[in-house]
Formats: sequence, structure tokens, C-alpha cells
Amino acid sequence: MSEFFQQLVNGVTWGSVYALIALGYTMVYGILRLINFAHGDVYMLGAFFAFFAARWLGVARSPTPAGALLVLLISMAGCGVVGYVIERFAYKPVRKSPRLSALITAIGVSLLLENGGILVFGPDPKFFPQVIPASNIPLGGGVTISNQQVIILLVSVALMLGLTFVVLHTRVGKAMRAVSHSHTAAALMGISVDRIITFTFVLGSTLAAAAGVLVALQNPKIEPLMGIMPGLKAFVAAVLGGIGNIPGAVVGGLVMGLAEVMVVAYLSPTYRDAIAFVLLIVILLVRPAGILGRYAAEKV
Amino acid sequence: MRRAAWTAGTVALLLALDLVLPGTLNPYHMQILMLCGINVMLAVSLNLINGFTGQFSIGHAGFMAIGGYGSAMFSLHVGRGWVAALAAGGVPAPIAQGAALLTALALGGLLAAGAGYLVGLPSLRLRGDYLAIVTLGFGEIIRVVIQNVDAVGGARGLPGIPGWADFFWVGLGVAGVLAVSRNLAHSTHGRALFAIREDEVAAEALGVNITAYKVLAFVIGAFFAGVAGGLFAHYLSYLNPNSFTFIKSIEVIAMVVLGGLGSVSGSVLAAVILTLLPEVLRPVKEYRMVIYSLMIIVLMITRPQGLLGTRELSLRRLLGRFRPARETA
Repeated sequence: MSEFFQQLVNGVTWGSVYALIALGYTMVYGILRLINFAHGDVYMLGAFFAFFAARWLGVARSPTPAGALLVLLISMAGCGVVGYVIERFAYKPVRKSPRLSALITAIGVSLLLENGGILVFGPDPKFFPQVIPASNIPLGGGVTISNQQVIILLVSVALMLGLTFVVLHTRVGKAMRAVSHSHTAAALMGISVDRIITFTFVLGSTLAAAAGVLVALQNPKIEPLMGIMPGLKAFVAAVLGGIGNIPGAVVGGLVMGLAEVMVVAYLSPTYRDAIAFVLLIVILLVRPAGILGRYAAEKV
Repeated sequence: MRRAAWTAGTVALLLALDLVLPGTLNPYHMQILMLCGINVMLAVSLNLINGFTGQFSIGHAGFMAIGGYGSAMFSLHVGRGWVAALAAGGVPAPIAQGAALLTALALGGLLAAGAGYLVGLPSLRLRGDYLAIVTLGFGEIIRVVIQNVDAVGGARGLPGIPGWADFFWVGLGVAGVLAVSRNLAHSTHGRALFAIREDEVAAEALGVNITAYKVLAFVIGAFFAGVAGGLFAHYLSYLNPNSFTFIKSIEVIAMVVLGGLGSVSGSVLAAVILTLLPEVLRPVKEYRMVIYSLMIIVLMITRPQGLLGTRELSLRRLLGRFRPARETA
């Protein structure tokens, strides 16, 4: 039984990382109906920005909690800028184009970030410095949680609460919800739709950066293609929860993380990816709009 | 009568080219030409699903993998025996190999079509991006399963597939998928597919059985992707599950969208361009993929409807440009 609870702890930690990435997918989709394929690569950039920040600031040599927090914030800010640039120069010009053209543009941006990453950072994996030395905290009954897992959970829960606050209780959040309902109506109410879209991209990118840093903390091997699979899975998680739905992304991320960890623990580590997708297909066949998705009535 | 003439002409032309080309082109160019052909088949077959019917599928590599592995397993375990038996009976080697290859390709195509049927069925319930995710999941499941089945080589790959597919067979495959696409586009069934793309509700109201037609598009598209996979296997003589990741599916989608959704000639053009581009960019080494991705972005920004939009390249219209302009009312 303690084995099961141990896996539960691991699954929830892993799932909260998926949830952070999935939030970016779901917010952009909710507003633009665009699958932002480059989102997983922004997550990769987050890890790299933190890597360089930690080296330049000396946090790698003498780790302090404040230094680690600073590294996280720098990486989030850096990815926010990247998100802004991507939106401004790649997605804005195709906003009025057919949806699939925008999708191909997103794929192009994703390829650009991956190959640009290989060019700039080099293709070999780098080792993320231990900005927080690892230690294990016993939870009783043979279940332990590492301090890094605690940090992952705390930071992601804090960010999710922060995001919920922004979306539900601020003017800009209200504007985001309005834009996701209808661009035209929102514009008629005096909302600058372009600014809100940019803001959404920046917000989503900072969350992806945080996820990148948190993962690098636990699995210190970082390389330019590390964003592909987690990005894909996080997107699947967003769809699983009901794309465009913010609590849905969190639920989807947790389901995805738990399912993966449990499959590895109890079934077969090699079938991990396949079973994640089988689960997805089964859930979608039962609930075609995702777990928390709403059914839109079809208008004729 | 005309159809027979066309078929005979195509076969004769391909046979002639098959004799001439290997002597005139160097092996590197020959390989690029073959990969162009296989990518054209993939793009045109995906265009049937994404372009004609408007169903968003990101699992084309999965169909290709099923066709490739299916036909390769047939050739390895049955086809080689046939060729040996036929050769012993005095049948010339190219004919014996052709017969075995044709059977293998048909088998691979049918297996992929069966998978296409299974993937098409959820389109009854799922729309748009949700269907896309199911196709993506399907493609990944196929790849992971292949990776874990030792009988097909697992993650190490499947070596030693007989290299029977030469220029003639790839050319025939391309001609086949083009003929089917073109004839489909001009038939009642093709019109039904277009109607679904334009407006599902309206199409249903007019009596189009949308589920049946969506599944049909998936079955035909998957069949040709499977055949393309079979040709790929019998050309390279080696298969590896890593050739069939979702990145391959995305490459094919990029070809279809870049060419112009629904345009068969656009798919052909874009497939050739996107196959050649990384090769042409080889001299700039490490900047190659960066330039490639930048070009995709710039192309989509400047021509969002794709190179050809929904139009087709037609020789008649092209020639018409050079004729003196007729007066129009």
C-alpha cells in the first residue's frame, strides 16, 4: 500500500507540471482557437534560461533559496518576452487567415525554436545545476517526498491560484474571458483585443517557463528537444480536461501525470506513452468535449 | 477506352524512365527523387482527409507505419519464398519480384485502410480538434506498440527487407493516388466530401451520410498512406519506428496546408518543395533547419491559403495565359 501512496505522490507532482504547461495551451486555445505547438519549446527555453541565469548569478555554486527564486523569476520573465515576440511576429500576421495556416505557422515556430536551440545551446544535453540541494522528507508509512517535489507542488499550486485570481478577479482577466467569448463583442465593449491576446501569450509562456525550471530541478538533464514530448502530453492533457477550460487543464494534467506514473509502476514502463493515449481516446469517446468541457449546441 | 490509353501510356512512360534514370542520375539524386515520390503519395492521400473532407488528421505517420511494417513482414516471411519459387519455375526475376511486391503493398494498404476505418469511426462523435487528438494518439500508440513488439524488430528496427521497390513502382503508386484523387474529386462521392468540408450541418440536411463519407475519406487516405509506407520499406530495405513519430505526420500536414488545402496539384508541389528544401539547404549545414522553419513561417504569413489555394494547376489554363486575351462580356 505504501508503494501505491508513493506513486500517488509522484503522480501528483508530475501531473502538476503537466497542468502548468497545459494551462498555456488552454488559455491560447480559448482565446484564439489556435493549438500553439511552440508552447512545449517555450518550456524548453525556460529550463535553458534558468540554466544560464543560475550560472551567471553564481547560484549554481552557492545555492540559496532566494537565489533559486530569482532564477525562476528571470526565466519566467525571459520566456514572457519570447512569448511576446512569437505572438507579435509569427501569429499576429496570420490571425485573419484560415485556422490551419495559423497551425502550420505554429509548427514552423516550434521547429525554429528547436533547431535554433540546437544551434545556440548545442545538441548535447546540459546538466542543470542543483540550485536546491535534494533531500527526502518522510511522510510516514514508508512514503517519502523529496524537497524538490514539495517545491514543484508549492510553486505550481501558487501559480495556478495566481492565474485563477488574475482570470476571475482582475479587469484584464475579465477582458480575457470576454475576448474568449467573442472578439467582435469584446472589441465593441472597448477592449483592445490585440493587447489581451498578447497578454495571454505572455502569461502562458511564463507558466511554461516555470514548468521548465521545476522539471529541470528534478531531472537535471536539459536539451533543446526536451519540450516535444512534454508539450505534446500537456496539450493532450488540456484536451482531456476540455480545451479552453482552465480548471479542465489542471484536472487533465493531474489525470495524465497520475496515469503515466501508475502505468510505469504497475504495468509496463515501455508502454507508458501508448497507455496515456489509450486513456485519452477512451475518455474522449465517453465525453467528447473533455472531462470538464461544455457541449456547445450546434447552431444552424 | 481513354482510360485504358492513359493507363498504358503511364505504365510505358514509367518503364522507360525506370530504364533510363538510374543510369543518368547519381544515387543521391535518385534517392531524393524516390523520397519525393513517397512524400507526394503521403501528401495527396492526406489531402483526401484534411483537404477534401475537412477532417483534421495528425496520425498519417501511423497509417504509413502500419502499411510499411505489414508489407515488410509479408515480404520477409512469404514474399521472398514466392520469388524463389517463381524464379525456380523460370519466371524472370523482375516479374516475380513485382508480383510479390504488389501483393505486399496491397496487403499493407489494406491493413492501413482497416486502421483508417477504426480511426474514422470516432468521427461520428468527435469534431475538429478532438478528432485531431484521437488521430494523433492513434499514431503514437502504433509507434509505441511497434517499438515493443520483438517480432518486428522493436526499437532496433527491421532490417533486411527485400529492396524491390524501384522508380517504376513508386511512380505507379504516385500515378495511382493522383488518379484516384482526381476521379474522386469529379464524382458524386467527391462532391459529398466537399459538402462536408464546407458545412457539415448543411450537407447532412441535403441527405449526405456524413459519417459514412468521413470514414470513407479516412479509409482511402489511410490505404494510400499504407502503400506509401510499403514502398518506403521496400526501397530503404530497413524500417525503424522512429521514422514514424508525430513529427512525420506534421511534416505531411505542412505539405498539404502549404500546397493549399484541397488542391491535389498543390499537395504534389508542396511535397516536392518540402522534400527538396532540406537537401538544397545542405551546404549551409547547421543553419539548414533554422532556415527551413523560417521559410515555412514566412510562406504561411505571405500565402496563408497555401501555394495554390484550392485551385488546381491545369495545363490548359497555363497555356491560355500565353494566348491573346479573348474579349469577355
